[in-house]
Amino acid sequence: MPDQLIFAMEVILNGLMAGVLYALVALGFVLIYKASGIFNYAQGVMALFAAMTLVGIMNGQVPFAHLINATFGTHIHKFGWNVPAFVAIIMTMAVMVLLAWAVQRFVMRHLVGQEPIILFMATIGLAYFLEGVADLMWGSEIKALDVGLPQGINLWIDETTFNIFGYGFFIDNLDIVATVIAALLVTALVAFSQYTKQGRAMRAVADDHQAALSVGISLNFIWIMVWSVAGFVALVAGIMWGTKSGVQFSLSLIALKALPVLMLGGFTSIPGAIVGGLIIGVGEKLFEFAIGPLVGGATENWFAYVLALIFLVFRPQGLFGEKIIERV
Amino acid sequence: MFYREAGDFKTSYTDDSQTFPIKFDRYRYYVVLAVAFGIIPFVINDYWANALLLPFLIYAIAAIGLNILVGYCGQVSLGTGGFMAVGAYACYKLMTSFPDVSMFIHVILAGGITAIVGVLFGLPSLRIKGFYLAVATLAAQFFLVWLFNRVPWFYNYSASGQINAPERDVFGIIITGPNAPAWATYMFCLIFLAVSALIARNLTRGTTGRTWMAIRDMDIAAEIIGVNPLKAKMSAFAVSSFFIGIAGALFFAVYLGAVEVGEVFGIQKSFLVLFMIIIGGLGSIFGSFAGAAFLVLLPVVLKVVGVDVLGWPTDIVAHLQLVIVGALIIMFLILEPHGLAQLWRVAKEKLRLWPFPH
Repeated sequence: MPDQLIFAMEVILNGLMAGVLYALVALGFVLIYKASGIFNYAQGVMALFAAMTLVGIMNGQVPFAHLINATFGTHIHKFGWNVPAFVAIIMTMAVMVLLAWAVQRFVMRHLVGQEPIILFMATIGLAYFLEGVADLMWGSEIKALDVGLPQGINLWIDETTFNIFGYGFFIDNLDIVATVIAALLVTALVAFSQYTKQGRAMRAVADDHQAALSVGISLNFIWIMVWSVAGFVALVAGIMWGTKSGVQFSLSLIALKALPVLMLGGFTSIPGAIVGGLIIGVGEKLFEFAIGPLVGGATENWFAYVLALIFLVFRPQGLFGEKIIERV
Repeated sequence: MFYREAGDFKTSYTDDSQTFPIKFDRYRYYVVLAVAFGIIPFVINDYWANALLLPFLIYAIAAIGLNILVGYCGQVSLGTGGFMAVGAYACYKLMTSFPDVSMFIHVILAGGITAIVGVLFGLPSLRIKGFYLAVATLAAQFFLVWLFNRVPWFYNYSASGQINAPERDVFGIIITGPNAPAWATYMFCLIFLAVSALIARNLTRGTTGRTWMAIRDMDIAAEIIGVNPLKAKMSAFAVSSFFIGIAGALFFAVYLGAVEVGEVFGIQKSFLVLFMIIIGGLGSIFGSFAGAAFLVLLPVVLKVVGVDVLGWPTDIVAHLQLVIVGALIIMFLILEPHGLAQLWRVAKEKLRLWPFPH
């Protein structure tokens, strides 16, 4: 087999893995959008916030230490203990639920019935707010996150492919774990929304707020629940990306990467988010591999957006989105 | 008591259709112009120009531009940073290629080039709407920044990849470069802002503006009553990008002097200008001014209070600024979705009835 083809295969495999991570972030968007019609720009920052909180709790950092020190002239930084990863994840989840409650109580409740674009802008404001709070709480330096996930080259794949093609593929163990976790998460979410009472209530709210209210479903509760689930997805995405490239500001930018994924897949479709993520992941890696060197590289910055843009011109509702019907 | 239309009789159609029909508004406008053109240039110094006035003037132009697109025509755009970069690089290429031509012409041409690029990226708006369009404009943002970063022709093959504004003058007065006097740069930007505001104000209250607003309020209904969506949307994109391009050119050539595109015209800039028009007021020219002034002042005030008065480290203040801006955006959207401009309108209404409100 020619070398180029083998390289391309490796690129495609890596692209698929990256696509899964994009899809993971996109999932959080779809969940909130389906349940409340809100396009949550803050999803990426929520992932950052969750990852920072997790690292902070694990290292026993004192929240707002920097601010407290500056105000009172003290020198506190750490509690002096380390929390095991599992406990820290549960504590972080509790923080995310609290956050969901606060968002619902102080922001979204006051914006019910506003235009979607206003809600969207409110979530941009929320993103700024959360980013500032996260930095104030835990400090803005880059942190390493290690919850015990396997990392580094997968030797088995390396050896097997070497025996077949005479060239070992480089596949990161973490990417494989991420793929497995994403698959589990999607299955769990689909099962949750199809087979549980709360899931059904959630779909009812998504379908028609008022009808759902009239049969006795609590909107408040459902929205807090949805934001909590989105917080949970953000936590998982934050752990994956944080382990991969360190917990830092650029983590929140993956939200922007998830947008073209959503546009491709359609805002309302969970399978769409997965397929869109895979297309974007593979597409941008392949494009960078094939065309990138000719035009100066770093095409990953914009390829996804341009692809989505061109795609939308032909199919405005995305691959799996609901058909847009317009009336006067 | 002070603000009323009673007794202000119009005797001709020209009087009736002037930009500020109410006397008080008109005089206030003249006073502002007189202060801006007649007093500030004589008392200005480098600190005031660089910390407050120049950013305010330039952001106000950008905000007017974006407000036309988002506030008047309802097409949400997150590509402002990219379009400002187009203006900056167009201006740079023109400045270095034609050193003898006046800066006025360069900046206007830069605006024109940005308008063409804007129309190009605005074309998908005919098919896609709302969020989808907002995300599609991100394509413009990232693609343009990447283009200026990677294609050496745009930065004249300079080793650093930066662009630096060479020294240029208007009528013998240096406008760009490190030796430009503060008052000259101020006047240069002020002239552009005043003319932009005038054009924008008159466009938005005429036929063009009404077709934009019809498209914004309900595009299908507008189409049915005979508004041509192609013309309306494309003209909004063109005019908006024109102003944003001028703002980008001034931002680079007059204000910063040297630009690294990813840093200066990144996605953050798009959000900053968007926040200005949300806080200021969507669909209001005055709102663009108010929002720009607010968001230019806020970091300066926070820095003075936080760093100089309370003695906090600068990074805490920077984080606090994020928190405050975020909270303000949410508060404005909840309490006053029409922004500072609406507060001003309410205040005027109160003034009219004062001191007998019933």
